[in-house]
Amino acid sequence: MSKISIKDLNLYYGQHQALKAINLEVEKNEILSVIGPANSGKSSLLRVLNRLYEIDYARVNGEVLLDETSIFQIAINDLRRRIGLIFATPVVLPGSVYKNLSYGPKLHNRYSKTELDALVNNALRSANLWDEVADRLEDSAARLSGGQQQRLCIARTLAMRPEVIMMDEPCSGLDPISTAKIEATMLKLKKEYTFVLVTNNTKQAARVSDRTAFFYMGELVEIGPTQKLFTSPAEKRTNDYIRGRFG
Amino acid sequence: MTLRIGPRTSQIIAYTILLLMTVITVLVLLFIIFYVLKNGVGQLTLEFLTDKTREMGREGGILPSILGTIFITVVAILIATPLGVGSAVYLVEYTRGGPVRRIISFGADCLAGVPSIIFGLFGFIFFVITMNLGWSILSGGLTLAVMILPTIIRTTEEAIKSVPHTYREISYSLGGGKLDTILRVVLPTALPGILTGVILGVGRAVGETAAVIFTAGSSLGLPTSVFSSTRTLAVHFYILAREGLSMPKAYGTAAVLIIIILAINFVAYRLMHRFIARYY
Repeated sequence: MSKISIKDLNLYYGQHQALKAINLEVEKNEILSVIGPANSGKSSLLRVLNRLYEIDYARVNGEVLLDETSIFQIAINDLRRRIGLIFATPVVLPGSVYKNLSYGPKLHNRYSKTELDALVNNALRSANLWDEVADRLEDSAARLSGGQQQRLCIARTLAMRPEVIMMDEPCSGLDPISTAKIEATMLKLKKEYTFVLVTNNTKQAARVSDRTAFFYMGELVEIGPTQKLFTSPAEKRTNDYIRGRFG
Repeated sequence: MTLRIGPRTSQIIAYTILLLMTVITVLVLLFIIFYVLKNGVGQLTLEFLTDKTREMGREGGILPSILGTIFITVVAILIATPLGVGSAVYLVEYTRGGPVRRIISFGADCLAGVPSIIFGLFGFIFFVITMNLGWSILSGGLTLAVMILPTIIRTTEEAIKSVPHTYREISYSLGGGKLDTILRVVLPTALPGILTGVILGVGRAVGETAAVIFTAGSSLGLPTSVFSSTRTLAVHFYILAREGLSMPKAYGTAAVLIIIILAINFVAYRLMHRFIARYY
């Protein structure tokens, strides 16, 4: 049984069709990379999975199942707790590090101060950020470095105890060291979570993911084990893209 | 022969002209404040600030007017802030920028430009006569609330619009609903901007004459409730000066008015900076 199962999914922004008849399974505890040129529908796919497309007034048809239940049947705040999303640019909310981390949990549950402290502590440790901010929890989150902010965003998602973590080009604005830290975090967390990683960096996809899906113009062109997709892709378009011939 | 000005010279000329404009603006402002304070500070004794007004203002202090001004302004702000912020939230977050929002925003802009004496007349007819509130702090406060509402709506609207869209996305993606997002993310982020609107409103309310003379009256007694008629500082100053009762007392009143406005602005900006330093 797949963690997420997408069947015949179409997404429209007005007249523009951003996703075309997508069929895709995401397995439990895998890291699935989604690659493709700009406007290929990668980010749109993520925005469907946690139904964030609804705030863009987009239309969807088709089916998406999370643990065999349609995401359209799941209460929206619960769905978004279970499927977390990390954006390309780290956006910290105004306020302290602690406030950023406790924002999500507080929306879903009444926690005592001790429980919240434990959640925050665990999330920061899981995101490999604890050592750097342990004594700065009450400082403004905006004062952290870019790489720290992105790990804070990961921790903020982890604090909600999600099942799936989606990342939309999480390292696009980061230096190699910060990138390495985030990749290490993903590999460490893979045992407990399922990852969908949208990336423009094909090398990153090759480094961390179990399987890779190639999207082009709203279509899923090819999906397969990362190793195979990068060495011997079945489709010519995939081959052209990973060899850098377009996109 | 053509006269050619090099880029360096034109820079210097532009710089000088802009600097001159700034200097003129600041000088005019400083001159007004200095002139009023120079003529009025001599009047500022403890007795002037804490005594009742006697002999129509020729003698005594201005305590009733200070209290009247504070009460009317507080009533106006208490009514206008929630209404204004609520309308702005509705306009930005719930109308999707459609025709409703454009029409209401346009209406608010027009209202902001209406002369205050029109509001005074409206307040007199509606609050004083029709609603039978009489000349009172309540009538004056309600009138001022209507008058400063557009300012608060427009500044709040701009403040809310300038909250990055990504903040909302983050909140939604963490499972927040629309209301959670507005209350916990949008409004706190927009607070400095909202506060600016409220300060502008306070400034207009404190200094207003025409709108309150029709609605709060010009009684010199100490206000005892929101139904008391009262005379604000600005009205008191106007009457003292126009009736030729006492120019020194008029300047004293003006000095108090200016000091109050400066103090409000100073405190508000300090609060705002402390807030910004804490959250950004």
